[in-house]
Amino acid sequence: MTFTIDVAFIIKSIIILVIFGITLLVAMYSTYGERKVAAFMQDRIGPNRAGPFGLLQPLADAVKMFFKEDFIPAQSSKWLFILGPCLSMLTALMTSAVIPFGDSIKYEAAPGKIWDVPVQAIDVNIGILYVFGVVSLGVYGIMVGGWASNNKFSLLGAIRAASQNISYEISMGLAIIAILMMTGSLSIRHIVEQQHGGNWNIFYQPLGFIIFITCAFAECNRTPFDLPECETELIGGYHTEYSSMKLGFYLFAEYINMFVSSAMISSLYFGGYNYPGMDWVQAQLIGSLGEIAGHNVATLIGFLVFFGKSLFFVFFYMWVRWTLPRFRYDQLMNLGWKGLIPLAIVNIILTGGAILFLKPLVMSFLK
Amino acid sequence: MQLTNRSKQVSNKQMTFAERIYLPAIATGLGITIKHFFQKKVTIQYPEVKKNLGPVFRGRHVLKRDDQGRERCTACGLCAVACPAEAISMVAAERQKGEENLYREEKYAAVYEINMLRCIFCGLCEEACPKQAIYLRHDEFVPVFTERDQVVWGKDLLAENMNNRYLRKAWTKEEAREQDIKGIDAKPRTQL
Repeated sequence: MTFTIDVAFIIKSIIILVIFGITLLVAMYSTYGERKVAAFMQDRIGPNRAGPFGLLQPLADAVKMFFKEDFIPAQSSKWLFILGPCLSMLTALMTSAVIPFGDSIKYEAAPGKIWDVPVQAIDVNIGILYVFGVVSLGVYGIMVGGWASNNKFSLLGAIRAASQNISYEISMGLAIIAILMMTGSLSIRHIVEQQHGGNWNIFYQPLGFIIFITCAFAECNRTPFDLPECETELIGGYHTEYSSMKLGFYLFAEYINMFVSSAMISSLYFGGYNYPGMDWVQAQLIGSLGEIAGHNVATLIGFLVFFGKSLFFVFFYMWVRWTLPRFRYDQLMNLGWKGLIPLAIVNIILTGGAILFLKPLVMSFLK
Repeated sequence: MQLTNRSKQVSNKQMTFAERIYLPAIATGLGITIKHFFQKKVTIQYPEVKKNLGPVFRGRHVLKRDDQGRERCTACGLCAVACPAEAISMVAAERQKGEENLYREEKYAAVYEINMLRCIFCGLCEEACPKQAIYLRHDEFVPVFTERDQVVWGKDLLAENMNNRYLRKAWTKEEAREQDIKGIDAKPRTQL
């Protein structure tokens, strides 16, 4: 028995490490992708000097970041100044723990005994609440960093970040509630499993999706909601005083957040690792490769599908960034409080009505 | 009073619903950027690929020789006077007997120096020269220098190499314009 537990433990550890590594790798190459996408949309070529197609550019950037002088302003509160980027990075990395990256990996622990390990760091039954909790902690990193810098512009950026995140978290939560009403579960894995095949939530919740993605942009401080760091007004916002790897952490945390929220969008609205025709593929694979190997290969395909969806949304973030200009602050607040929150409430009412009246109607037709 | 025909009547009409929900406009914008995403890039990969900058681009200087390889410069100093950056300096000398195959005129520049840090590549020296002796090459730049003694270029660097003469399609702006208008693909040649 101890043997089987150890194997499960090892597989779980590997999954956690792989998810961690992939998150970091994606964030790292997002910086490269961002520059390439920006360049392509402006009819340029982008970084292409470091390695083939500039693929080593993130490494070069990292080396640059490491070797820069690590400056701490004399008037800052030193410990908080260091704590800021650490908090940002920590919260950014914690979120990816509850995202189901794939179905499950099967292996034979003992003859006739097949274990099933889900491809997910931890499957908590309150996954969405966990994500929300961690994401709202994320604003502390920015707030602490901006305040500890003892710089007007940093503080302004931090205040903007805090109020923006709080405002948009509300409508984000309200948009999710409609999904929760449909699925009746807070576990992200449950939500993904209910979108089996091509039965994705986007077809039931287009309005909710638009609200959610808008709020996700605001939560990640991405253009058109990048007011906390808007260069033209606040120099660099909350990270004005930061240099070296501390600045690197802030920038890196933004890219991790981007990837994680893309993963959230694709698992909540675009079916996660589900794709049309997945049952047929799985049956074919099990038929040709056997029960265990077939299932594992099908899981791998699902994982790649999920990954592709997430990367598309990472691209979408960049696409929007290089299309839209920044909102003015009052426009941002108007949109958040007067636009999205009422809309999200209307969405909840519509969803409730559909569940109460439309679903039995459709069901009776189907019978 | 209308000054130009580009003036536009400003309208304060209420935005339509489609304009107010903002999303159609975003979609249009995204369409424009994605179109550019797949368009041909305009970048020229500079050190590897060099663009032809036209027949009268003003690059590094060259002190022309005539067809027999004699220096054309007569050290009149008009280029130095014309130079707005005061980059040119020279020392004149008299041609001795037996030097007729070296210098075309009776007076020549024994020393001819251009300070490449001062030069602004305006081409006024070229225009001032009565002997058509100094030109700014259209095909070569002043290379990047890192040492102080590389800054001032003497005759060793400036004088034209007879084994590899400097050719160009048009020797004046007027000539270049004429070729351009008539669509002539002129042959590169050594001198006006």
